[in-house]
Amino acid sequence: MLKDITIGQFFPGESVIHRLDARFKIIFSVLAAAMLFTAQNFMGLGVAAVFIVMCYALSGIKFRMILKSLKPIIPLIIFTGILNLFFIKGEEILLEFWFVTVYVEGAKTSAFMMTRIITLIIGMSLLTYTTSPIMLTDAIESLLSPLKKVRFPVHELAMMMMIALRFIPLLIEETDKIIMAQKARGANLDAKGLVKKAKALIPILIPLFISAFKRANELALAMECRCYRGGEGRTRLKKLQSSVLDYLALGLVLCVFGIVIVNNFVFG
Amino acid sequence: MTAIEIRKLSYKYGIGTPFEISAVDDVNLTVQKGEFIGIIGHTGSGKSTLIQHLNGLLKPTEGEVIINEKNIWSKDVNIREIRFEVGLVFQYSEHQLFEETVHKDIAFGPKNIGLSDEEVDTRVRRAAEAMGVHESWLERSPFDLSGGQKRRVALAGVIAMQPQILVLDEPAAGLDPYGRDKVLSKIKEYHENSGITILLVSHSMEDIVKYADKVIVMNKGGVFLYEETDKVFSHAAGITQIGLDVPQITRMAALLKQKGIDIGEDIYTIERAKERILELIKRGESE
Repeated sequence: MLKDITIGQFFPGESVIHRLDARFKIIFSVLAAAMLFTAQNFMGLGVAAVFIVMCYALSGIKFRMILKSLKPIIPLIIFTGILNLFFIKGEEILLEFWFVTVYVEGAKTSAFMMTRIITLIIGMSLLTYTTSPIMLTDAIESLLSPLKKVRFPVHELAMMMMIALRFIPLLIEETDKIIMAQKARGANLDAKGLVKKAKALIPILIPLFISAFKRANELALAMECRCYRGGEGRTRLKKLQSSVLDYLALGLVLCVFGIVIVNNFVFG
Repeated sequence: MTAIEIRKLSYKYGIGTPFEISAVDDVNLTVQKGEFIGIIGHTGSGKSTLIQHLNGLLKPTEGEVIINEKNIWSKDVNIREIRFEVGLVFQYSEHQLFEETVHKDIAFGPKNIGLSDEEVDTRVRRAAEAMGVHESWLERSPFDLSGGQKRRVALAGVIAMQPQILVLDEPAAGLDPYGRDKVLSKIKEYHENSGITILLVSHSMEDIVKYADKVIVMNKGGVFLYEETDKVFSHAAGITQIGLDVPQITRMAALLKQKGIDIGEDIYTIERAKERILELIKRGESE
């Protein structure tokens, strides 16, 4: 069933990582990505990777979830691995058969690139695993707020994101229902051929659009009834608050970043 | 003749995830052809899951569904054909409307069967008439109609397939009293004229007992009670215990009985209560 898809993969928890300010967590994620791309050798990459894995251990997210986050990008990882393995030329030959030659440098770069992608994805997933979508949009709004000076509609953007997130499960449920109802009327959704397939979608898409517009209309009306008038002067139920913990964490992340940079200079 | 036979049906949602829930558990049921059955139960009692098995929208985790003496999941049965035999109308069925005109929308089902244009047209008109969909609406857009009218168009869309078994999930939900009466009485009328088997799911005990010959009470994924309407309220205590309402008039009859005035346990309509009370009074006068 469509319902089984999880949107936003938030796992509620009480860990240190969960308690960090969402804004800081976004910054940390950006820093972690930067760290992975600055690392020039295995040692630097290793330091960053160990750091991320330690964060996972702190967050209490199950190891199985790490694997789950990697699932969709397995093809990309394999593709990168193979490309680097066969197309990078070096001096030392590792393997030679038929017309393919694999160089030691190729194998090294391949392993390096794959580790980099894997750690990158794992690091980004930690953010969405430990931060609720609402906190995340709040944090994005807060981080983008300087753009208000150039009249960029930050609040509206965040509100739109939040509403979209809220409505995704509802729309999925609705799609499910409409599919069932049309199937009950003998709709053939497994039809072969592009034109037939497209035609089979009409009885599902039209009711879905209609109900989405209706919902949007009702929501707009309800917001208006409660005197919603945009972000100006608006207060929040849950205010993002940074604490000592966040600054400590920032210090730690910067330290690790420093180690990676120094490591680059020392071991090149 | 049996129309529906359900043997040891169980269905679980989300198998293999931490959210595994057993929605229907070990249900056995037999429905005879031509019966009007009411199904009542709380939200989450498994009624919606149960009825989605009847036309093969859900595949049972365990057990068998036999429609018109065919096991619908055996290999030589085409599940799409079953959907033409068992018409299923969902809750808030007006959400399924999508065509430009009412006529085209009602014709969607019959067209999927692969009938000729003339046959489709006669069926559309017949179904529209049965559901009180006025002929002048047929060329209008379904989205211009009122809620109750849309609901009846959606019902006509299923009836136009001329199923032998019609399953209705809360056909009157969210309608005003007038729309409610109109929809339900049209369904009853159609049952009387066509002689097909009807299963009506509802939250309202009043509606169920008014129209159904037999009542299925569902609780926690199982059949709590399956009884003829006249006998259902001899189990009134059990029904109230699982948190379902009995009609007001039935409660009144029970109170009267406590006071020593017995007008019977099969009281669920005001008309019948009136008859019995008048009978009692007459008997009292003659004595």
